[in-house]
Amino acid sequence: MRLPGRRAGRAIILVAAAASSTVEAHLATTGLGPVGDGVSHVLLSPDDLVPVLAMALLAGLNGPRARRHALLALSGAWLAGGIAGFAAGNPLLPAWAPTVSFLALGGLVAADRRLSPAFVAAIALALGLAHGWLNGAGIAEARREALALLGIAAAVFVVTAAVSAAVVSLQEGWRRVAVRVAGSWVAAVGLLMLGWALRA
Amino acid sequence: MKGLLSRLGTVAGLVLLACATPAFAHVQQGQAQGLVTGLLHPVSGLDHVLAMIAVGLWGAQLGRPAVWVLPVTFPMVMACGGFLGLVGIGLPGIEAGIALSVLLLGLMVALEAKPKLAVAAVLVGAFAIFHGHAHGTELPAGQSGLLYSIGFVVATGCLHGVGILIGVAHRWPRGRLALRVAGTAVSLAGVAFVARAFL
Repeated sequence: MRLPGRRAGRAIILVAAAASSTVEAHLATTGLGPVGDGVSHVLLSPDDLVPVLAMALLAGLNGPRARRHALLALSGAWLAGGIAGFAAGNPLLPAWAPTVSFLALGGLVAADRRLSPAFVAAIALALGLAHGWLNGAGIAEARREALALLGIAAAVFVVTAAVSAAVVSLQEGWRRVAVRVAGSWVAAVGLLMLGWALRA
Repeated sequence: MKGLLSRLGTVAGLVLLACATPAFAHVQQGQAQGLVTGLLHPVSGLDHVLAMIAVGLWGAQLGRPAVWVLPVTFPMVMACGGFLGLVGIGLPGIEAGIALSVLLLGLMVALEAKPKLAVAAVLVGAFAIFHGHAHGTELPAGQSGLLYSIGFVVATGCLHGVGILIGVAHRWPRGRLALRVAGTAVSLAGVAFVARAFL
């Protein structure tokens, strides 16, 4: 049983390697130093900003406790994943991998099902690790300073804190419905992104 | 005087040269254009505009929860249609499907039809596939697919929002009549689109 398991593992690694693409950090030079470049990266990169916003919406919809857990888990994991990615380099992730966060988070926000704070924190952790890793690997590949990761994590923290605080106060009513509609848009964009990635 | 001006010109030229920095033209090629193209694309075709607004109007007539279920259903299923187009899975009769969507959605508003929520969602969703397949893949070369998709989905959602806002008139008797007249106008436009698609 052990041998097929190893073979399956090797096969997965080979498939992932075959499907992997180069990471693109798109770290803009703002002139404000690496931390400022990191902050601007989050605000200017929709492939990172939209999942962060969707995570903030999800955390806010699930109440103050889930929000607190998600806030710490997301920004902490983003920084940790970034450092790991910076050290380890290009991950063996297929080109369509980032679309998973759009689809999953958008779908969960649109569904507006009550989730436990631990589950929301686990989602935030996974999101932070995956996107942070991609950022870190991209920064290393572009030979930029790792300090940019601090700016990225700080921006992720601030955006998540602000948006989730606005959402957490929403009870029933059209505002909560508007948040769900925004989630459906994120999921729709994710599906189209998946199509673009598979077509490329 | 002439010599002074000449020297000043030389100094200014040297200062400009000293301050010059290399131009970085590679600002993520096609990013902004992708968003603008995506935002403008849904409003560039009357058939798409009328169908989207009709979805909002019909949702407003049906009331809760249809008023938000239909606008949530449409972009998600529309994206499914776009996905099929992007991965190369063809659909027959796309133009006819879009034309029929204008005709039937207009008719639903004109008749103030009130089917079960699931039936309304399936009807709207079925048409959304055609709209997504036709429009979701029309990205000009060199532009960002992600930003095009964001613009396309947001613009479509805003058109639903316009329909829902107009549908607020449903609260008043004259407003209801006005909505039904608007639905009739949309379905008449749909007849023209159907004629164009089949003839």
